[in-house]
Amino acid sequence: MPSRTGSHSPTGIGKSLPERGLLLLMVLVLLEGSVIPLGAASSPDTGHQKNVDNHKAEGEKNHTKKAFPVLDLDYRHIQTPFEISLWVLLASVMKLGFHMIPRLPGIVPESCLLITVGLLVGGLIKLAGEKVPPVLDSQLFFLCLLPPIILDAGYFLPIRPFMENLGTILMFAVVGTLWNAFFIGGLLYAVCQIQPANPNELHQLEILPCLLFGSIISAVDPVAVLAVFEEIHINELLHILVFGESLLNDAVTVVLYHLFEEYSAAGTVTVLDGFLGIISFLVVSLGGILVGAIYGILAAFTSRFTSHTRVIEPLFVFVYSYMAYLSAEMFHLSGIMALIACGAVMRPYVEANISHKSHTTIKYFLKMWSSVSETLIFIFLGVATVDGPHHWNWTFVTVTVILCLVSRVIGVVGLTCVINKFRIVKLTTKDQFIVAYGGMRGAIAFSLGFLLKKEEFPMREMFLTAIITVIFFTVFVQGMTIKPLVELLAVKKKQEAKRSINEEIHTQFLDHLLTGIEDICGHYGHHHWKDKLNRFNKKYVKKCLIAGERSKEPQLIAFYHKMEMKQAIDLVESGGGVNLPSAVPSTVSMQNIQPKKPPPAKPVEKALPKMTKGREEEIRQILRSNLQKTRQRLRSYNRHTLVADPYEDGFSELLIKKQKMIALEKKIKDMNYYLTVPAAPPDSPTMCRARLASDPQSYSSKPAMDRVPTIQVDLASPQSPDSVNLMDEFRRADQQEEDQGLTMKAPSGQSGFNRPGEADRGREQQKLTRCLSDPGPSADEEEEEEPFLP
Amino acid sequence: MGASQTRTEKYQDLADKTGFSLEQIENLHKRFQRLSDNEETIRNQHPKEVGSCEEIGFEQFLMVMSHFRPPSLKTTEEEKEAMRKEKLRFLFNMHDTGNDGTITLVEYRKVVEELLSKSGDIEQETVKAMADAAMLEVASTNVPHMAPDEFYEGITFEHFEQILKGLEMETKMYIRFLDVETPTLSCGNSTS
Repeated sequence: MPSRTGSHSPTGIGKSLPERGLLLLMVLVLLEGSVIPLGAASSPDTGHQKNVDNHKAEGEKNHTKKAFPVLDLDYRHIQTPFEISLWVLLASVMKLGFHMIPRLPGIVPESCLLITVGLLVGGLIKLAGEKVPPVLDSQLFFLCLLPPIILDAGYFLPIRPFMENLGTILMFAVVGTLWNAFFIGGLLYAVCQIQPANPNELHQLEILPCLLFGSIISAVDPVAVLAVFEEIHINELLHILVFGESLLNDAVTVVLYHLFEEYSAAGTVTVLDGFLGIISFLVVSLGGILVGAIYGILAAFTSRFTSHTRVIEPLFVFVYSYMAYLSAEMFHLSGIMALIACGAVMRPYVEANISHKSHTTIKYFLKMWSSVSETLIFIFLGVATVDGPHHWNWTFVTVTVILCLVSRVIGVVGLTCVINKFRIVKLTTKDQFIVAYGGMRGAIAFSLGFLLKKEEFPMREMFLTAIITVIFFTVFVQGMTIKPLVELLAVKKKQEAKRSINEEIHTQFLDHLLTGIEDICGHYGHHHWKDKLNRFNKKYVKKCLIAGERSKEPQLIAFYHKMEMKQAIDLVESGGGVNLPSAVPSTVSMQNIQPKKPPPAKPVEKALPKMTKGREEEIRQILRSNLQKTRQRLRSYNRHTLVADPYEDGFSELLIKKQKMIALEKKIKDMNYYLTVPAAPPDSPTMCRARLASDPQSYSSKPAMDRVPTIQVDLASPQSPDSVNLMDEFRRADQQEEDQGLTMKAPSGQSGFNRPGEADRGREQQKLTRCLSDPGPSADEEEEEEPFLP
Repeated sequence: MGASQTRTEKYQDLADKTGFSLEQIENLHKRFQRLSDNEETIRNQHPKEVGSCEEIGFEQFLMVMSHFRPPSLKTTEEEKEAMRKEKLRFLFNMHDTGNDGTITLVEYRKVVEELLSKSGDIEQETVKAMADAAMLEVASTNVPHMAPDEFYEGITFEHFEQILKGLEMETKMYIRFLDVETPTLSCGNSTS
């Protein structure tokens, strides 16, 4: 959940006052919302009663005539959605508010602030004398609030580091959680049993409820981990270790929870039950993954056919994933693992099939939902804390907190000793510290505790109090101090730089190289299996699940095209043709790299005199009017269709057109003396996309329409200095584009072989982009409200 | 007796030079013998290729393999740096088939082409464009201000290091060398 740092105005304080006012208003409205139902509850009933009496008493016709209600207040009607929306609004406004305050987001993690807000809201509600709504209802939490966060995490899970460290992650998740649960549960029981002198309520605590409590509180919580680790930008390895652990321990938690809950009533657990528990664990985890994978493949397969209905593409992703979660929960399998598996499996295929816009939609919807969910969860935690019911027991709570810390540290250190024997890149002490310190508990533990039934577990309130205390401790104390500790220990941070094409090439090269070397050494190492999986994927799976040409596209090319597109969009956003805002400002362009080519055929150069102003104007007019004509054809807009985006539809056609253009260019080289003005100058893909990106209305390069009438003007004298080889200009400009691939520099007359010609070409190029991105005076903005932005 | 004595001495010698343990060298030797059909050297299948030699002996085999050793917990920072440099040097030499100390555009294009060679027919244009873009990136990162007339000869080793320093080679370029003998498969002479 990237926290966008909004515009920090210098008058930060002044700006936040209206915000505070707004927040206060929100809270008041919320209170009203809870008060009014009670008031409204009484009157309709009595009104109804009176009416009935009237009818009965008076008989047929003598109704007491009420005035027709012009304005009526019927809160009951909309109560539930209204309150839900109010909560969501409150959460979002809070999030906005935090970033208005100058230095707070740097010191205090957002989760702490949100819990505090929840506490305040809960407190206000309680002060107003109302009953606090049972917001952290387990049903609501597990079915509505948790899935978006997990789906967001699963869909964007970085697969490569995850797979590379899978063994470590599993060790921490399974063995670590088991160790925590038994250690905490067992020692708590032991502690509760001492104090022989005064008969304590703690003595009633049996071993099994203790173990149950241990299993609830031992699991590292993905929501809390995400919330805190997002802000500290730690290196990828540690992030994936802690985060992966928090995701995969769900299976263990589910099994232990159900096991101990079932048998707490019976009172004993036999060896057979333990054995069944282990089997159950395998079923739960593998079953969850299987369910998720099945739904993922279904989603990928469905997305293969969505080329005609692009609008609903994101829906498939969301609905299939949610159904995977629900199906898994139905069988008491691990819903979290199902969700992760579904997202991770479907992603590569879906992304190859869907349009760019759908991809953006999916990304932003997931981020939005998960952000709102997370905010709501923390606020509700605060509210539920105020609600209670609480039962504070000093011994129990303090011992729990201490035991949690101690067991986590011992667990991590112990496991790392074992793990390091099998890892090549060992985990250092610093790493271990961060992993141990980052084990936060969160709302899942609370919800699981909430689910316990009071009849079977008389100590439920005590459990809840202890859980909340641990959560507060980890989130506040550990959450606030982890950032300075990371700085202090100089832990490696995340690399901000984006993946460059060189890195991609060499990573792939390395993969192949290492597979080969493993082959030479003769043992089946993990590169070998990865290679086999890739081959299988390419040969069979991709053919089924990816539509059309994209199924054969190797990964490197896909990466390259993505980069190209991104650069083109950047270029247009930065104003077209002017210096590209690249990471390293440099004046290096393709000319510097290409080995010196012999200058192109002489006759073409000779026909490149300067163009007069008048001619330029003419050309511009012609272009504009032609573009307008094509735009008018697209005016019929339908809510259910998106304006066609040629990139998706004509991917392979673009490539074919590129080739056609090259062939055409060769022909044109001989035709020097025609002024042909194509309305939509055909296209190197970069140019085409760049142009389209800036001007959403000129979708004239739909394949059917690109041969717009060309005006051929035979000039009076072929040798006249005014004759402009415009077509050739375009061609050469485009060819220049092609060679350049990614950089579209307006050379401003300096580079290249032919100075004066280049100058013109450069300026012409610039003018070309500018005039094409100018929508023209009378164009309407009907078709598409917003331009094609990333 | 005498024969095995000199052999262990030889192994010890090799171990010191390459950093392998004695068991690993034993294993690799067995593998070498299987690959070379129990002869002293492995012959090159394609002897006429640029930059290849006719045959290699066990020592050279080991030297090449030693480039793929992983860092251990005890390697210091400087040793890690040295290891990274060595691995990068190995990669660089693989690309620089002309042996002139720089990777030229033609050589780089060949690298990309070979990477994509198994994926069906890829257009030459795309390969060219990609290699060009990559080269451009190297150039602009390392020599940001070049006058339009200058010509960027090729990627030197320093530039190569600079470009790939984000990848942390010492943690990526390794394979597991086994200490104990595993029943190795007969990956014979017919490799793809």
